[in-house]
Amino acid sequence: MQQEYVYKKINHIVFGILSPKLIKKMACTKIVTAELYDKEGYPVDGGLMDIKLGVIDPGLRCKTCGGKLKECVGHFGYIELARPIIHIKYIKVILDLLQSTCRECSRLMLENEKIEEYLRLLEKLEKEKGILQKKRKIKEILVALKKSTKCPHCKAKQIKIKLEKPYSFYEKEKRLTTLEIRSRFEKIPDKDIEILGINPAYARPEWTILTILPIPPVTMRPSITLENGERSEDDLTHKLGDIVRINQRLFENINAGAPEIIVEDLWDLLQYHITTYIDNTVTQIPPARHRSGQLLKTLSERIKSKEGRFRHNLVGKRVNFAARTVISPDPKIRINEVGIPLEVAKELTIPEKVTEWNLEYCKELVKKGPHNYPGANYVIKGGVKKKQITPDTQEQLHNELEPGDVVERHIINGDVSIFNRQPSLHRMSIMAHKIKVLPGKSFRLNPAVTAPYNADFDGDEMNLHIPQNEEARTEADILMQVQTQIITPKNGSNVMGCMEDSITGNYMLTKYLSFTKEKAIEILGKIGIEEFPQFKETVTGKELFSALLPKDFDFYGESKSNEPVIVKKGKLISGTIDEATIGESDGTLLRTIFKSYGPEVCANVLTNSFRLGIAVLLEEGFTTSLKDSDLSESIKEKIQTVIKDSKKVVDGLIHRYHDKQLDALPGKTLKETLEIEILRELNMVRNRVGSIIKESASEFNPTVMMARSGAKGNILNLAQMAACIGQQALRGARIKEGYIKRTLSVFKKNDLSPKARGFIENSFKSGLNPIEFFFGAMTGRDSLMDTALRTPKSGYLYRRLANALQDIKVEYDNTVRDANKTIIQFTYGEDGVEVSKSDKGLIDVKSIIKQVKGG
Amino acid sequence: MEEIIKKYKGIIPDALLDEINSNSDQLNRKQLEEVLEKTKAAYEFAKIQPGEAIGIITAESFGEPGTQMILRTFHFAGVAELNVSLGLPRLIEIFDARKTIKTPSMEIHLKKECNNDVDKVKKIAAIIKQTRFQELVSEFSINLAKMQVEALLKKKKIREIGITPVTIIKILQETLKSCIVKSDGDKIILKTKVENSELTEIYKLKEKAKTVFIKGIKGVTHVLPVKRGNEFIILTAGTNLKKVLQIKEIDQIKTTSNDIFEIAKVLGIEAARQAVINETTNVIKDQGLEIDIRHIMFISDVLTISGVFKGITRSGVTGEKESVLARASFETPIKHIINAALSGEKDELNSVIENVILNQPVPVGTGLPDLVAKMKDEENEK
Repeated sequence: MQQEYVYKKINHIVFGILSPKLIKKMACTKIVTAELYDKEGYPVDGGLMDIKLGVIDPGLRCKTCGGKLKECVGHFGYIELARPIIHIKYIKVILDLLQSTCRECSRLMLENEKIEEYLRLLEKLEKEKGILQKKRKIKEILVALKKSTKCPHCKAKQIKIKLEKPYSFYEKEKRLTTLEIRSRFEKIPDKDIEILGINPAYARPEWTILTILPIPPVTMRPSITLENGERSEDDLTHKLGDIVRINQRLFENINAGAPEIIVEDLWDLLQYHITTYIDNTVTQIPPARHRSGQLLKTLSERIKSKEGRFRHNLVGKRVNFAARTVISPDPKIRINEVGIPLEVAKELTIPEKVTEWNLEYCKELVKKGPHNYPGANYVIKGGVKKKQITPDTQEQLHNELEPGDVVERHIINGDVSIFNRQPSLHRMSIMAHKIKVLPGKSFRLNPAVTAPYNADFDGDEMNLHIPQNEEARTEADILMQVQTQIITPKNGSNVMGCMEDSITGNYMLTKYLSFTKEKAIEILGKIGIEEFPQFKETVTGKELFSALLPKDFDFYGESKSNEPVIVKKGKLISGTIDEATIGESDGTLLRTIFKSYGPEVCANVLTNSFRLGIAVLLEEGFTTSLKDSDLSESIKEKIQTVIKDSKKVVDGLIHRYHDKQLDALPGKTLKETLEIEILRELNMVRNRVGSIIKESASEFNPTVMMARSGAKGNILNLAQMAACIGQQALRGARIKEGYIKRTLSVFKKNDLSPKARGFIENSFKSGLNPIEFFFGAMTGRDSLMDTALRTPKSGYLYRRLANALQDIKVEYDNTVRDANKTIIQFTYGEDGVEVSKSDKGLIDVKSIIKQVKGG
Repeated sequence: MEEIIKKYKGIIPDALLDEINSNSDQLNRKQLEEVLEKTKAAYEFAKIQPGEAIGIITAESFGEPGTQMILRTFHFAGVAELNVSLGLPRLIEIFDARKTIKTPSMEIHLKKECNNDVDKVKKIAAIIKQTRFQELVSEFSINLAKMQVEALLKKKKIREIGITPVTIIKILQETLKSCIVKSDGDKIILKTKVENSELTEIYKLKEKAKTVFIKGIKGVTHVLPVKRGNEFIILTAGTNLKKVLQIKEIDQIKTTSNDIFEIAKVLGIEAARQAVINETTNVIKDQGLEIDIRHIMFISDVLTISGVFKGITRSGVTGEKESVLARASFETPIKHIINAALSGEKDELNSVIENVILNQPVPVGTGLPDLVAKMKDEENEK
């Protein structure tokens, strides 16, 4: 590939309308025939596929620039229209202009002094209040202008002009021809149209009515050759063919002096074709179709919408040097590493510049070639010629390699890569990882980084990119690496932390476990820690965990159950480690380390504690089983009475409702009140059952342990498994009637009892009866629907936010400004603190004081 | 001690200084100096760097949790009786700057004299609530023989809100000018002025009479006195802040509405900015999410910076960007390009998306710094 340096930069772009002159100037040929190919299948000269317009067939050369396929970008042509045609997109402006200018003298219907005055006013408005205010003022002027009935310049009386959609203008009953309109427009002085916000330098009014139509290059409407050798032309070519044909006929008819009606019909037909060529979705006219009835995709449709030029091609860029495959977990690699298969490593390359100092190394790479890892795939000679390393060329390339060449070598361990999972909702969805080549065919990542990517391993795929130059690599290395992204700018909490098993492991370890000296050292060895303090014969879990912490680390925090967690001089003195200290988003301990020791140490502690948790579980064994949800008879009884009591309360409520003794809540009917009261009562059942279970369950029950440590689930989940699932709520209420006066046909009409309205008495363990199951399925379906409907809504909100805010940045003077340099905030967030560098949005003065006093 | 702290004014934000000051009694002079130095260092570290694309970070901070929000609109705002729209739909409503919101409501606080007395509060609530004619009528009927509308009044209700049938008739007569209003015992009779009117007209009259506004504040459809903390407040469905603020017993400072446009109109744009902050915080908190206040403030600033409350839509903030390409790449590209062509607009390419389109470095973050080099000639000339 050719190495190119940017030496020119586009400074600005000006928009305007193409004038007939300009169209002719930029065109390379005039199109005269609708024929495409001659008998030999060679493009006809002066046809729509003329090779002066560019080439789309391999082997041919462009007659204009001499370029081959892919070298020539294509050139415009033009056709002369027999009669002027309205450009449908300018229809509104044409109407405005017709209505606000004189039909005789084509002056804007304003006195000369007024024109001057308005021009000055508009200029002032634009300067002081922006373009928007100017546009508003222009609209006001226009409305006033349209009302005038007499021209102040030539005193001619005006006739009302109406637009008959889509493109006919009527002056009373008489239709205005485009010829007339155009001749009127030609006479409008430059100064007059400036008032209407039209810049005469770039858009003269008469240019909105086409006399010459540019023909786009063939490269933009390539034909495709079907399997049977037949050519299938692009939609645009079809449309252009129609236009050229009709135009030709119109010419002939005019020249032959055909009757007015025939000419007008053809004229209209030409207008129709050009209109649909520009926009095939104009209302009131039938869209142009293929023979099969499929709509043609013409110019407007090419630009519009998500699949259009803008959003699909211009804003959405595609890249090389990327790989994609399934991901799988590997806690043994570090959090800022990514494991990649050898196949990928041999395919993705990094350009290595050959110098005197690395000549030998590069030669070695070339010698190894594309199939032996680590080798190289290409050599770029003199910055121009890219040569593939094949068995044939290898020898020569190896010998000729010299400083100044570039070798595209395989990626090796430690290279920087960019790793990404869609949807990329926040900046932690794209992070830099160091390459680690591993056996296997999937990308490996540390489970601790699944949280920011929102990834799991049920078949998720992720993308990997290799930055290709020094600048990109350094930027990724310094700004994007995983450990620098531990704290989210959303709210200053940590997005990475221990998860699931590793939390359980650390919880068990610091709560009650202890090991023999040998075992402890073995475990530390397993997780890769070689430096640890002198251990006694038995090592407590707390001591073991302390081995991960920095030597001079002080920490005061709270565990999930609000007991204090104290670390002094790198030793865990009291408290258990759980979700609140090392978990995702709540990991106070991790955050403190990040703040005082920086990202590297924090990443180390995170990786090590993750491994430690798992190593402990491996050592100790941990499982969860049906047994966990066993309850003793007395507890079962207790739960039954709770349920029975609640049912009684509900029965009482229903009775009072039937006896009309229930007091309605303000603003609610009696029935609504009853429902609210019943729901309140039944919702409490689950909580009550939950607290009974919480009290009765053993601390060493694995399910309870997972819930307490915050690894997974909570006590209510256990309660649902063991005792009672509880009330199913749909849209914040009990399940409503689907049949006449009942939820299901097995119930009596008007049954308001809990079981007839979605209360599930059974537990997951005892099993649900069909009715309960159905109610459960109802709420399940509802929440499924909710997610399905939510995703596009929030996606659109996000797109809009991102589009509106993307160019707002902090300037060098610390103000926050948008692209127009409008100040939005004088100091960001009123104190200039960046959330991702703060502690949950604050600067922790209290801990500074504590630190100073303690030390 | 105070003096030492004063020295750091302007270097460390006031809020942090206050916090240090309130804890200064625990520290001696030297310690205080150390605390101040360390705080300064921590603050300097946490300061935002120039070039940081803070806009996109804010967008991400709302976009990512947006996927976790519940779509279900209605939620009980503390009390079971009053529904308030929350969650994602409400967030969209705020950011869109919708003129009419789904569940307009007010939170009316009362002055100290009356915020403890339930009866007084109820009385005020009754004054605020709007009453339409149909609420006072137990039965509407059309008398076909006489071609008139007959409305049977709810006596109890009328007494409750403190109004007499005579005044009702007066109000009805004033609003329905095209008909004759008469009283007939418990009934109110409405008749068109035109003799022999058609049945459809009578029917129309009936429907029109139903909605005649009798009493209260227009727009407030429900009122609900609620105890919050140790005072009573009135929650309403429907808002009319301007009228409510005129009521004597009301605490003008605390009373607020959730209709941001109304706040902007009644209290000004700064109040609207604060309202956006409050409402957004409310939604986020209700969903159990956490988004830093700086992002919420930032978005409120963007929405209100022009002096008018503008939404993040193609007709709002995004539609007003200077760059043609930026607008075109968002929505309705053709419209923007056509208009740009007419007025000969110039795109200076100083925001992000145009440069992405043109494959040039974007002017944010690391794309911002430029190298300015003195050319040799220039030096020589000097």
